[in-house]
Amino acid sequence: MNTPARGSLLGIEHLDTQEIEGLLKLARRMNPQKPRRLLRGKRVVLLFYEASTRTRTSFEFAAKALGATTTLVQSSGSSIEKGESVIDTGYTLRAVGADCIVMRHPSAGAPHLMAAHLDIPIVNAGDGMHEHPSQALLDAVTILKHKKSLRGLQAAIVGDIFHSRVARSACHLLTRFGVKITLCGPPEFVPEVAATLAPGLRVTRHIEDALRGTDIVMLLRVQKERLAGQKIRVQDYIARYQMTSGRLKLAKQNAIVMHPGPIIRGLELTAEVADGAQSAIVDEVHNGVPTRMAILARALGKAR
Amino acid sequence: MTRVQPMSLLIKGGHLIDPAAKINAPMDLLLRDGRVTEVAPPNKIRGSADDSFDAKSLIVAPGFIDLHVHLREPGQAYKETIASGTAAAAAGGFTTVCTMPNTQPVVDTPDWVSWLRQPERGGLVNVFPIAAATRGSKGGTLTDFAALQRAGAVAVTDDGKPILDDDVMRMALRLGAELNFPVVQHAEDTRVTENCSMHAGPSSFRLGLRAMPASAEATIVDRDVTLAQQIPQSRLHIAHLSTSDGLKAVRRGKRAKARVTCEVTPHHFTLIDENVGEYDTNFKMNPPLRSAADREAILVALADGTVDAIATDHAPHARHEKAVEFERAAFGIIGLETALALAITRLHRDHRIPLTRVVELFTSGPARVFDLNGRGSLVRGSFADVTVFDPKRRWMFEARKSRSASQNTPFDGWQFTGRVIATIVGGKMAYRAD
Repeated sequence: MNTPARGSLLGIEHLDTQEIEGLLKLARRMNPQKPRRLLRGKRVVLLFYEASTRTRTSFEFAAKALGATTTLVQSSGSSIEKGESVIDTGYTLRAVGADCIVMRHPSAGAPHLMAAHLDIPIVNAGDGMHEHPSQALLDAVTILKHKKSLRGLQAAIVGDIFHSRVARSACHLLTRFGVKITLCGPPEFVPEVAATLAPGLRVTRHIEDALRGTDIVMLLRVQKERLAGQKIRVQDYIARYQMTSGRLKLAKQNAIVMHPGPIIRGLELTAEVADGAQSAIVDEVHNGVPTRMAILARALGKAR
Repeated sequence: MTRVQPMSLLIKGGHLIDPAAKINAPMDLLLRDGRVTEVAPPNKIRGSADDSFDAKSLIVAPGFIDLHVHLREPGQAYKETIASGTAAAAAGGFTTVCTMPNTQPVVDTPDWVSWLRQPERGGLVNVFPIAAATRGSKGGTLTDFAALQRAGAVAVTDDGKPILDDDVMRMALRLGAELNFPVVQHAEDTRVTENCSMHAGPSSFRLGLRAMPASAEATIVDRDVTLAQQIPQSRLHIAHLSTSDGLKAVRRGKRAKARVTCEVTPHHFTLIDENVGEYDTNFKMNPPLRSAADREAILVALADGTVDAIATDHAPHARHEKAVEFERAAFGIIGLETALALAITRLHRDHRIPLTRVVELFTSGPARVFDLNGRGSLVRGSFADVTVFDPKRRWMFEARKSRSASQNTPFDGWQFTGRVIATIVGGKMAYRAD
């Protein structure tokens, strides 16, 4: 196996702190309203083995804002359906002239497999329960629009952390800059082992404990079908962990509420919280395009 | 050009380690007509031999026995054949291998057992089949143990899958007890390991992989040991034991004088879950690489006698079965050619386990587990199966040079201490290092 091509973004965990800082800086300079044709003539393939709305659309807009051509390849209606392996699909896309592959896959590590066999940059747009690095970067961009710096902040991440690639990437990124994170949820969603993911993490079962004095409240989607197999019932989850206006008062006055989406109103949060003054949920989506512009510019060596 | 094999062979100048005979001394050895005919101090063997082998500064040991290999025939010759697998075995110092029945079809009839033993298969070393314990290894109806045993099977198992149902396991042990036939268990509670691809711990959480808790092994070992204690004369052998709690259950059975034995693999005493790195499928096997604490417990159990045998769980797979997403990749690695080197490097050199104990784990230990009479020792009259190795020789293993038909190994490019120099099966040279 070979090392990934320069410019690849497989995850936050192994990314240099300087590289993260560089990406954040670049993302804040990118403006989708003022297209810069940095990637003119480049071909970006969006290879999606799994459903996606915001990630796929924002990568596509980002690529186009930089002047690149994009094409979408999905598992249905392509040779993937016929049983082609990830590597062979990669070889094919490379052979037709792809300069970069943005890839989402239900299996953890699939982008690493692709990157080990191709000489073009691979951008991970979410791999199984592993990482979702572009989401963590856009979340950091969002936080930095509300807070001066990440250093010294406290964050609470509430919900199904076990199944969440968003949570894993966020933990890697935020703790790197000294954010203290409390992971909160029932044991089925937040096993004790979660605290070993990065330094500066702790686990609590009590949402009040997680919220007290926090600067950032990051909520994760709770899939009802995942609760089905667990010991905890939906009503119990709502009773113990739903983010309500009342609970939000425990956090700092200027705390922001984040959620990678899609949100389920009435489950992990109330509509009041989702639409409230402290909600940064729409901001996050908004920051998705410039952040992904920065990722693609870096991937194709045009990060200037 | 065919080379005529001599009828008799004198192995002289070597240092014999034969744990069953309690020999650890310089000895010469005369092999004639497939048997050991003399064992004597240096230069005391009189009479002539057709050929001689100079074992100066080498260890001479009973031929190694591997209780757990997958040679993939019948049905999956693209992964391995009996010919290629036994060539790898010979290169690894093994003179006897016991083959697992999870082939296509499953080896669940006397005919398939006989088929495996036919000379047409091209086995370079002794091949002793282990037959399926249940029909098609489906876990339901027991196979005909008596007929399988008569055909030459040395044990029964549903390896690759556990025998989960309490009643089926109880019946298997009862029938095994009547026939003095060991039942081999792949201890895994598959009700909790579905879709899992590695050991549950910080590494699996970091990688976002569904994972198998150590308890999925330990609970089955625990149940089986309890059953073995309840059923007089039953013989239970736990395959590829990998957890600290599983070892505790085996110790409990042994203390209670139940006929419980176990094997561990070289990869489980060498590697841990962290070594999976960034989804390297050559580190994916079942049971999975466990925690550092489990590995520590295995090292203790190897030293203190709890473990009866080192077995490789040699599991060849074609490249396309490993060059896929980690969760989709086949479980298993090849292991025949690296087993002794890992044992000497990790157990003897790094952990100071005596060489006599290491040899025991490859010879008399496994021979006892399946009652392989006449093997596992070199006392006069034994089969002329001999392994000669250099415990100090340094070398590098290269997967592409493996004699196996597959190259799925985590040990490619590893530097080792300890190398097989010659493997003699039935008095004939089956492998000789360059």
